[in-house]
Amino acid sequence: MTTSSVLFDVPGPRARRRHRIGSLIGGLVVLALIGVALWRLGANGQLDPARWSVLFDPNSGVPQALGTALVNTLKVAAVGMVGATVLGALLAFGRLSDHAWVRVPVTAVIEFFRAVPLLILILFCLLYLPTIGLRIGAFGALALGLTLYNMAVLAEIFRAGLLSVDRGQREAAFAIGMRKWQVMTVVLLPQAVRRMLPVLIAQLVVLLKDSSLGFIVGYFELLRQARSLVEFFNFRFGDLYTFQLYVAAAVIYIVVNVLLSTLARYVERRTRRNMKTAATEDVELPADVQMGGGGGIATP
Amino acid sequence: MSFLADNFPLLRDAFLTTLSLAVVSGICALVIGTLLTAMRVSPVAPLRGAATFYVEIFRNTPLTVVFFFLAFGIVEIDLQFPTRFITAVAALALYTAAFVSEALRSGINSVPPGQAEAARALGLDFRQTLGTIVLPQAFRTVVPPLGNVWIALAKNTSIAAGFAVTELTAALQRLTNENANQLLLVFLAIVVAYLVITLPSAWLIGVIERRTAILR
Repeated sequence: MTTSSVLFDVPGPRARRRHRIGSLIGGLVVLALIGVALWRLGANGQLDPARWSVLFDPNSGVPQALGTALVNTLKVAAVGMVGATVLGALLAFGRLSDHAWVRVPVTAVIEFFRAVPLLILILFCLLYLPTIGLRIGAFGALALGLTLYNMAVLAEIFRAGLLSVDRGQREAAFAIGMRKWQVMTVVLLPQAVRRMLPVLIAQLVVLLKDSSLGFIVGYFELLRQARSLVEFFNFRFGDLYTFQLYVAAAVIYIVVNVLLSTLARYVERRTRRNMKTAATEDVELPADVQMGGGGGIATP
Repeated sequence: MSFLADNFPLLRDAFLTTLSLAVVSGICALVIGTLLTAMRVSPVAPLRGAATFYVEIFRNTPLTVVFFFLAFGIVEIDLQFPTRFITAVAALALYTAAFVSEALRSGINSVPPGQAEAARALGLDFRQTLGTIVLPQAFRTVVPPLGNVWIALAKNTSIAAGFAVTELTAALQRLTNENANQLLLVFLAIVVAYLVITLPSAWLIGVIERRTAILR
């Protein structure tokens, strides 16, 4: 079932006409709904250009603040991603180990961190670690929580990637007398990594989404910044820019993530063309991993 | 230890709220997700486009932002959910539906093309082919991914804490404020409460998977 066209006959002229009429009516209904929404927004004064211009006016400080917030978001996601990739790779090797004394504890660590909601992990880092003398702050708590959670997720993905390399490659490597670590680093890893690249980029999207949990722990990422700008403006001008600032934060998230997703897809197409990955199967990010680790606590 | 017994009513209510949040939004997400999947493979191009657009938007938006909009955004178009619980259910269901659809679509792709071709050869139309031949087989192959989506959903309910729904994470925050000297125990209690949902779910998914798996 590689193409959806197996499911139905190619529409004939009458079916096409029916589809066109249906699309027209459906499109009109959707347009009407959007129209009503815009009308209500307009009636509440939310479409007033003055309210939106604040987003682009450097004098208001809003573009700078949102830009810094975006950098903060990217920073915590980058730190989390690097940490999670390194630790995840080590855990994946551990879980594939031949020795039970390595394999069993590593498996327990992976399963534990996968089972606990990310939000609980971050709160734990933020609230508990200081009581035993580790002052890591909001950035540290967020980065550590993201690292711990995503390392467990990535470990499983790496394991799947290493296992997806054709069995013959491993057997051939052993047959020519390579040692275990040689088979892993010289034969399996280079092939698996090429296949993993798009998955890693896709995981970055998940990490970026999860960084919105910084909201709870008081780390100034996009959402928190938008919230604090709203509070600032509400104090000075009343409830003027709330909707606009939240829309701006959401749009920035969506644009950055769509760009990253597109990049992931592009890289995937390239790796698929690449002969060097011929011996590996497709590995894609499971739907539940894409959902991210949990949500944030927003105090409205 | 005694404070756990003292706060048992709070923990129990929080646990039940988390569970009902997850169950209700899970069912809604399954229905919406199935509809989205049907749209994504349908012969009508605009339906395909609309469903793909929906999935693409929700996949790339943090759940927190979805919550924000349903809680504070739609007020601006004079809409309002009757209770906060329903707001949370709507946010979780709309968000999760996109991922249910992703999982289901990969399931549909795993059904051998011969099945759909045979169905069409028998004269079944698109609705019949999808509803009676392809989707029942697809659902069987996606039991593990759908189960994982359900577990992720159960963990994602924690965000509702920020929108004045008193579920487990909200209980955690309240308890950590009151019992600063017993932080570890509070965290342990809450983690165990989440595990009470996720571990049996994982086991049940394994059972269902073995019962329904199709040998190809």
